[in-house]
Amino acid sequence: MAFEIPKILYNGAIKENPLGKESNRITVGGETCYPFHLFEGNMPHPPKIAMEVYDATPEDWAQAALDPFTDVVHDPAAWAQKCVASYGAEMIALQLASTDPNAQNTTAEQAVETTKKVAAAIEVPLIVWGCCNVEKDTEVLKRIAEECTGENLILGPVEEDTHKALGAAAIAYQHTIAASTPIDINLAKQLNILLGNLGVPDERILVDPTVTGLGYGLEYCYSVMERDRMAALTQEDERLQFPIVCNLAKDVWKVKEAKLSDEDAPLLGDPTKRGVLLEAMTALLFLLAGGDILIMRHPDAIQLVRGFINDLMGS
Amino acid sequence: MALTGIQIYKLLPKTNCGECGVPTCLAFAMSLAAAKAELAACPYVSEEAKAELADASAPPIRVVEIGTGERKLKIGGETVLFRHEKTFINPTGIAVLVTDEMSDEDVAGRLERFKTLEYERVGLTLRADLFAVKSLSGDAGKFEALVTKVKSQTDGGIILMTEDPGVMEAGLKACADRKPLIFAATKENAEPMAALAKEHGCPLAVKGDGLDEVSELTTKLTEGGLNDLVIDSGARTIRKAFEDQVFIRRGALLKKYKPLGFPTIALPCEMTDDFMQETLIASMFVAKYGGIVVLSDIQGHSLFPLLLARMNVYTDPQRPMATSPGIYEIGGPNEDSPVLVTSNFSLTYFIVSGEIEASRVPAWLIIVDTEGLSVLTAWAAGKFVGDVVGISLKKSGILDKVRHKKVVIPGYAAAISGDLEEELGDWEVLVGPRESAHIPAYLKEWKVG
Repeated sequence: MAFEIPKILYNGAIKENPLGKESNRITVGGETCYPFHLFEGNMPHPPKIAMEVYDATPEDWAQAALDPFTDVVHDPAAWAQKCVASYGAEMIALQLASTDPNAQNTTAEQAVETTKKVAAAIEVPLIVWGCCNVEKDTEVLKRIAEECTGENLILGPVEEDTHKALGAAAIAYQHTIAASTPIDINLAKQLNILLGNLGVPDERILVDPTVTGLGYGLEYCYSVMERDRMAALTQEDERLQFPIVCNLAKDVWKVKEAKLSDEDAPLLGDPTKRGVLLEAMTALLFLLAGGDILIMRHPDAIQLVRGFINDLMGS
Repeated sequence: MALTGIQIYKLLPKTNCGECGVPTCLAFAMSLAAAKAELAACPYVSEEAKAELADASAPPIRVVEIGTGERKLKIGGETVLFRHEKTFINPTGIAVLVTDEMSDEDVAGRLERFKTLEYERVGLTLRADLFAVKSLSGDAGKFEALVTKVKSQTDGGIILMTEDPGVMEAGLKACADRKPLIFAATKENAEPMAALAKEHGCPLAVKGDGLDEVSELTTKLTEGGLNDLVIDSGARTIRKAFEDQVFIRRGALLKKYKPLGFPTIALPCEMTDDFMQETLIASMFVAKYGGIVVLSDIQGHSLFPLLLARMNVYTDPQRPMATSPGIYEIGGPNEDSPVLVTSNFSLTYFIVSGEIEASRVPAWLIIVDTEGLSVLTAWAAGKFVGDVVGISLKKSGILDKVRHKKVVIPGYAAAISGDLEEELGDWEVLVGPRESAHIPAYLKEWKVG
């Protein structure tokens, strides 16, 4: 009475997206099964981790997250180089937090300059993430798209309100975009349709479902991603068959539990290990739900998650 | 699993006597299938039919209970592969390991942490559930002494871990009244372990080398009358253990394969020597189908994230997560602190309160009952409009707590400001940012005068 493994019949596959410069391509996506269900399908390109770099010195970071980077936080290019050289970053994510009109409100010119410096300092693919302000992102990301032709940057977030301007820029200057919608599978699909109508090639679209950290509504994002994969792989929902990018570190490290000292919170143990586990666990849950690219911060969390990916891939 | 109305009809007397309250047996069968009636309403149903119907309506994964009293842990009973399809039901039990070769200090530390590491969150108490007491020495006396110690110092559930029936008996002597989980019956010791489980009325874990061996064991044990079983597939590598969890859940749900229709136990403590990795492995089992995870230790920095992961994954997605309406004090506000108002969708509450906290500006956050809808949806549905918000503010009592007369509304609800001012009389309605991420910058600029 041998037990026969019940397998799921898939009829769709995630598209394969080549990222980065011509000389140093990496590919994400291509799954033909649920995440790590390798007994019934393939994941030709294991998920990748992009390390965060900020365009201005972070002001309110947890000490644990700052410690590994104290020597480079003032210099995004040096920071990016350190991520690659010391921590083996597969990709870099430049967070343009300082462009926020509610923060330092730095200019598009400054953002272009920073992006160029970072791009020149590394060989790995570069994600450039705006400040989530519709007007400012349109202005900044459009300028960056224009001035960094040939870099095949990944530009995000591209929202419904910005998709025309940024989608057109991505087509004209050959970049990839992260299509961003607020934790809703139907909105995600709708935006992907709009981008397709606009003429953005499929291999230049990634999906950003909007993610939050552990303990702060993570379950919504987790289930939207699982539903996304279910629709893409078993219901032939062609407009959801895109690799998923999870910009998770900024939300994980923002919550109070990631910042409290051991004196303030004796029941929460070691602050560094706590932060690392909050980040690694958030990342792992998103991997299990279908994440292809994880944007992460702490080197220890990254090392843990990278090891876990290898273990789940069985290599 | 569930029978159709026609299948049930075949088991009924077909006399259409109407005594059950509906005119025909067929109508009654349909009600039963829709779970709108109880079989007991039929006075003439045969014993065989009762047994068959009970069997058919049994959950595909058995619910197993460990422990007694307030801290009794229920595992199993799951009905879906993905939480969004319905919900996950019984959260993964978290167990911490002590062995009879640990120093007294190590054991005491774990007992202490088990007791003290508790966290309150959205009205829930989050904490570990069980002690896994393991015999490494093979000495029955030592095992019994350790079990006695654990039992006397905690009200948590107990897992007894030894494959030696003699040693197990000693452990059961010490704590059988607490209904521990017996871990584990194997191919070699299944008979004496089954006898112990039966004698003491305790649940029994089955450990096999792969799912075929597990299935043989569970079949044998259920034939012998034991039904409260828990499965350890024996896998100790991450990939294999993950796949086995998927196979077991799918076998039970998709194939109705009874030999695997039981909750599982996973042992991250036997899968790595790295404590951080071990905790991460445990979170994988929280998401992917572990009934219990056994950890080598718990620390605040490991247990807290794991408990959050469990809370998130086991939240019922069918219910809009709502926060209770009312006043929330953030950072110790006083009579000059800003007043902000938003919806009672939990995610909104979490994010907005988190941003206010991050701003380090003490503030009053007023949560309006929008039936769990977010600001924009609630506004569109007429549940976050001027008069509703105004009445909520008045009822909350906030008007007496501050000296100023200003309230900040979400940017997305800017349209309600006129109606709200009308409702509140001499209050000034300020339109805040549309995105919560901009709250800290907004609050830093906020001035009372």
